[in-house]
Amino acid sequence: MPDIIEVSHLVKHYPAVKAVDDISFSVRQGECFGMLGPNGAGKTTTVEIMEGITSATHGTVHYQGEPMGPRFRSEVGIQFQSTALQDFLTVRETLHLFRNFYPRGMLLEELAKLCALEDYLDRDARKLSGGQRQRLLLALALVNDPVLLFLDEPTTGLDPQARHNFWGLIRDVKARGKTVILTTHYMEEAYLLCDRIIIMDHGRIIAEGRPASLMAHHFQDAVLQLPQEDFRPVRDVITENTKPVGEYVEITTSDINASIALLLSHGVSLAHLQIRARTLEDLFLELTGRELRA
Amino acid sequence: MIQRFLAVLRARNLEFLRDRSTLGWNIALPVFIVLGMWLLFSGGEKPLFKVAVFSGGAPLISLHNDFLETHFIQFYSAPDIQSAVRKVEHDQSDMLLDLHDPTHPHYWVNESSPKGYILEKILSGEKDVHYTRESVSGRAIRYVDWLVPGVLGMNMMFSCLFGVGYVIVRYRKNGFLKRLNATPLKAVEFIAAQVASRLILIMLITIAVFIGTDLLVGFYMSGSYLALLLVAILGATSMISLGLLIAARVASEELAGGLLNLLSWPMMFLSGVWFSLEGTPPWLQHAAAILPLTQLLEGARAVMLDGAGVVQILPNLLALAGMTILFLAVGALGFKWKND
Repeated sequence: MPDIIEVSHLVKHYPAVKAVDDISFSVRQGECFGMLGPNGAGKTTTVEIMEGITSATHGTVHYQGEPMGPRFRSEVGIQFQSTALQDFLTVRETLHLFRNFYPRGMLLEELAKLCALEDYLDRDARKLSGGQRQRLLLALALVNDPVLLFLDEPTTGLDPQARHNFWGLIRDVKARGKTVILTTHYMEEAYLLCDRIIIMDHGRIIAEGRPASLMAHHFQDAVLQLPQEDFRPVRDVITENTKPVGEYVEITTSDINASIALLLSHGVSLAHLQIRARTLEDLFLELTGRELRA
Repeated sequence: MIQRFLAVLRARNLEFLRDRSTLGWNIALPVFIVLGMWLLFSGGEKPLFKVAVFSGGAPLISLHNDFLETHFIQFYSAPDIQSAVRKVEHDQSDMLLDLHDPTHPHYWVNESSPKGYILEKILSGEKDVHYTRESVSGRAIRYVDWLVPGVLGMNMMFSCLFGVGYVIVRYRKNGFLKRLNATPLKAVEFIAAQVASRLILIMLITIAVFIGTDLLVGFYMSGSYLALLLVAILGATSMISLGLLIAARVASEELAGGLLNLLSWPMMFLSGVWFSLEGTPPWLQHAAAILPLTQLLEGARAVMLDGAGVVQILPNLLALAGMTILFLAVGALGFKWKND
């Protein structure tokens, strides 16, 4: 797939901080590209420069091989992290307002169906729930039937059910062949939706690749979780690769069978044992030494 | 381009019309003030007689005229005969004395003015001087007739400054402008739609309030409604543009409120909403002339009270047009979609 957007040596300085520090990457047509990092990592600044909302101090962003021009505005859709809408307008009127900004786009009925808004078209947009509101913001980003879609932390603040529903919508959008650039600090979201990701910290890219490849590259092990109470008999025997996490102890091991055998040989109860694969959350911790949502 | 402009215009109109509290306030405020002032000042006239004296520039005290010594009459110096006669026509003066040639003194009274009649009787008691009588006729102008352009202009000012300036700052602060900036909508289209929306709505409200209160009170109107409409439209456009200029870059509602108050309060007192600036120091009158509300009220009162046409109020119209262009140009050039 050809690159739809190419970022080269991007730098953004603010008076007291270097928000983006010489980063380069490209996004391929038709993929879902994830940008991960904690608050303040520079991902929103980077994405706003890519959207043409913020200017870069140095570096370039090329859209379909050319510097961003007037065509870019008509062909992309953007959902910001937080957006207020015009007061006193219904969902239908809000969609109509934004639809009229573009020379071409989707039919409102089709858009409402895609974003599951059919039942709310005549409701005051201020009276929508969190999930309904995010779906309206997604619909506004799709109103021009864009080639490229930017989603900046679209599920932040949603409850788990609304988040899962939203993921389904993003999959539907992706199935229509659109390129999606998604910033998030939900690891699960990135793992489930993204074809490729970059992880940012302090304005730099610290890892880049397919989520599964990154995991395979950095981790060949798994994590055993035991309640602190059950772990007590072997506390002085197994001391390496263990750490307390709340009421549990996590044992990182590359040989699950051997570890379980060792626990059993010391009479440890495995009734509450949990085995989990390493996550992107672990990867971020491994790379930066910090929690992702810190 | 037209499609984008019309979309923003329609959305803004809906937002304004559905905001019942703001809409109600925009209509209720001027109605209350006009009716309140009418009730307040229609009960009784001031006890003092007012006599204008044209002396050709000489101090009144140097004229040594016995009539000018009469108690309970306020004598004031008239700058020229023409405007002083007009004031007698409108009962703003009870009499005009022309004493610039002591050998041929004249006086003017309004045939229908009871005060003019009494003053004439007093003047006829003067044995030493023979005055030539001139009479005029005209309908009396009440305070409410003079006040109504001021109140409607003030309401327009608040609606234009705060209704546009404050709203745009709110749009910027809550990120709505940033969202619009992510579409093909251009700053000039957005600004033009804001100006057009507010202009249409404030003119409709002002016309409705004018007609409604006129039916109750019956205003004095000696000029053409077309000239009045023209000066009102240009006045409103200039003040909307001033609101846009203030809102072009500001992202704090508190700062915007402060700046808008800084503009609106001096305009309310220096532009002649409540009282005439005649008799105030010349520097104050010059300073007031740079305010759009002053130009609007001068033009509107000239049309309503003096019967001025478009040609007579051309200086006011040109001043308002010039301010509009200046405010819009600087506002559009400096316009920012989002906070830094």
